[in-house]
Amino acid sequence: MSLTINNLNKSYGNNHILKDINIHSQQGEFLVLVGASGCGKSTLLNAIGGLDTIDSGSIYNHDIDITHKTPAARDIAMVFQSYALYPTMSVRDNIAFGLKMKKLPADAIAQKIDEVAEILQIKELLARKPSQLSGGQKQRVAMGRAIARDPSLYLFDEPLSNLDAKLRVDMRLEIKKLHHRVRKNIVYVTHDQIEAMTLADRIAIMRGGQIVQVGTPDAVYFQPQNIFVAKFIGSNPINLIPATVEAAGNTPQVRLHCNGQMVGVPLPAALRAYQQKEILIGIRPEHISNVADDRKIKIRSNIVLEEKTGADTYLLTAWNDAEIKARCIPQTPTPTEVDLYFDAAEMLFFDPSPDEQPRIATGQEGVAGKDSKEQGNG
Amino acid sequence: MRATFSFSPALPTTISRLCLYVFLGVAMLAMIFPLAVMVITSFKTMGEIRSGDLFALPQAVQWGAWQKAWSSACTGVSCEGVRDYFWNSVRITVPAVLLSTLVGAANGYVLSKWKFRGSQLFFGLLLIGCFIPFQIVILPMAQVLGALQLANTTTGLVIVHIIYGLAFTTLFYRNYFVTVPDDLVRAAKIDGAGFWTIFWKILLPTAVPITVVVLIWQFTQVWNDFLFGVVFAAGDSQPVTVALNNLVNTSTGVKEYNVDMAAAIYVGLPTFLVYIFASKYFIQGLTAGAVKG
Repeated sequence: MSLTINNLNKSYGNNHILKDINIHSQQGEFLVLVGASGCGKSTLLNAIGGLDTIDSGSIYNHDIDITHKTPAARDIAMVFQSYALYPTMSVRDNIAFGLKMKKLPADAIAQKIDEVAEILQIKELLARKPSQLSGGQKQRVAMGRAIARDPSLYLFDEPLSNLDAKLRVDMRLEIKKLHHRVRKNIVYVTHDQIEAMTLADRIAIMRGGQIVQVGTPDAVYFQPQNIFVAKFIGSNPINLIPATVEAAGNTPQVRLHCNGQMVGVPLPAALRAYQQKEILIGIRPEHISNVADDRKIKIRSNIVLEEKTGADTYLLTAWNDAEIKARCIPQTPTPTEVDLYFDAAEMLFFDPSPDEQPRIATGQEGVAGKDSKEQGNG
Repeated sequence: MRATFSFSPALPTTISRLCLYVFLGVAMLAMIFPLAVMVITSFKTMGEIRSGDLFALPQAVQWGAWQKAWSSACTGVSCEGVRDYFWNSVRITVPAVLLSTLVGAANGYVLSKWKFRGSQLFFGLLLIGCFIPFQIVILPMAQVLGALQLANTTTGLVIVHIIYGLAFTTLFYRNYFVTVPDDLVRAAKIDGAGFWTIFWKILLPTAVPITVVVLIWQFTQVWNDFLFGVVFAAGDSQPVTVALNNLVNTSTGVKEYNVDMAAAIYVGLPTFLVYIFASKYFIQGLTAGAVKG
């Protein structure tokens, strides 16, 4: 294991910020910590970096116990949201600073700077001061400073949050390329689930100081552990439909009604245990379409609203009185009623009664998902 | 057609402008008159001064009073001008200003970037130092200096100035360093820099404008000080402000206004020059909070 965190706890006074965190990250893995602000993700990153003390637990970087080491002795580099470039130093000196601290000889430092400048294409910026750089250039230099240290573990603290949308997408790609080049472990903190999905080998979703689920982007998308994860992942939020499980012969089923019509949906056998109980059905907007398909279930739906994005049009309707969004092929003019199709196999089922609102395992979810070993907290 | 009489829209503005400039002009003259009288008087002979007209220019520029004030006027019992005392002041001011600035910078660094339990309280208590009238501390300070065997020494006076400068210098630096992002310190820690390296290499170089402000502030405070100088320094180690007082108040013989004026200008000259050469940085420094990296 290249990064191992065991039973890490951290409190500020009575405020329990990190609760019993366990992480096991493989060699070369890009791990993204994602969650809303205040979930403890930055505190966890600071703890790994040694910038914040912890109350209990241990942290290992490549099997070396770094729990009580100084930040510099942890063989890490960190990229900050605010770039944190030393304002009075040139770009060259910014990159060189950490190497000088390591007491590297001058020619080795110069060679390293050239190498890094080559990789990140910042050669022409080396003589400039940070105040003469644009946001994207600053972030590039900050990454250069990290690469120059050649650490075994990279820490990124919301590095793209200060950039505009277009630049963010470009830099996202840069970071991905960087990871492919160095193949070192990365722990990356963000609140943006798209960033998490596009960058991560594995995503750890955090809430209230705990890790709710760790898994590949596919796993957290197709097999969310609970409603929180299901709602958090996906740029258009998952549709959640309340329904009561009924028995239809031997198979359980739910009925969906829309605009006075009723459609029965057969459910996996695992839901037999929930007969007469209220469950929540999750289905993502991209799994409901206006493209006719005989193998799918059809519901004639009245259109409340439409959102055009160009390639797709999102239609809003209501099933079982819950708002439903469907990703559809654009039609002009948009009809007031349309047949919407979905595959029952792409439905997720949640038990809304316990506090954590867990997903009900059916053994068939995640058409494209990976095996369920990926889930769970380490 | 009836001739109409009305103010053009521009006229009231012109009038108010005029009033403003007249007021500013008068204010400027009021400020500059004392200095002008001092300079004029210092170049006159005593005969001219006695003849009466305060604002009349000297018939010929006389440097005699300047020479006398510098090297031979009587300040109490000795008659060696303000020269030695001027260098006393330099010897007091330079170390007091440099050390109080440096320690204030280090204090501000700790209070903004290495906060410890109770550091807010510590800072609050330190700020009280900005509001304590110096007269209150004279007696206890004299006792402390006595106990330290530093009474009537330049070292003792320098220490007093450093201690009483710290409240302000710390306040200035702390408020500046608070505006520097903490991430800089964190990045430097990861780069392997320690407490002092971060201070010298990262933070202090960003603090040039505030350093100029602090240096000017402290220079003015220490150079112009009279109270501590008259109380804690004795005889040969007195600062020039005390010497000026002695020179002007020496009651034997004729009162030589031209020498008094020249001596007073000698005393005021260093602060005057510091302001002229550093005023640009002073204003920049006072608005430096908005500067980003």
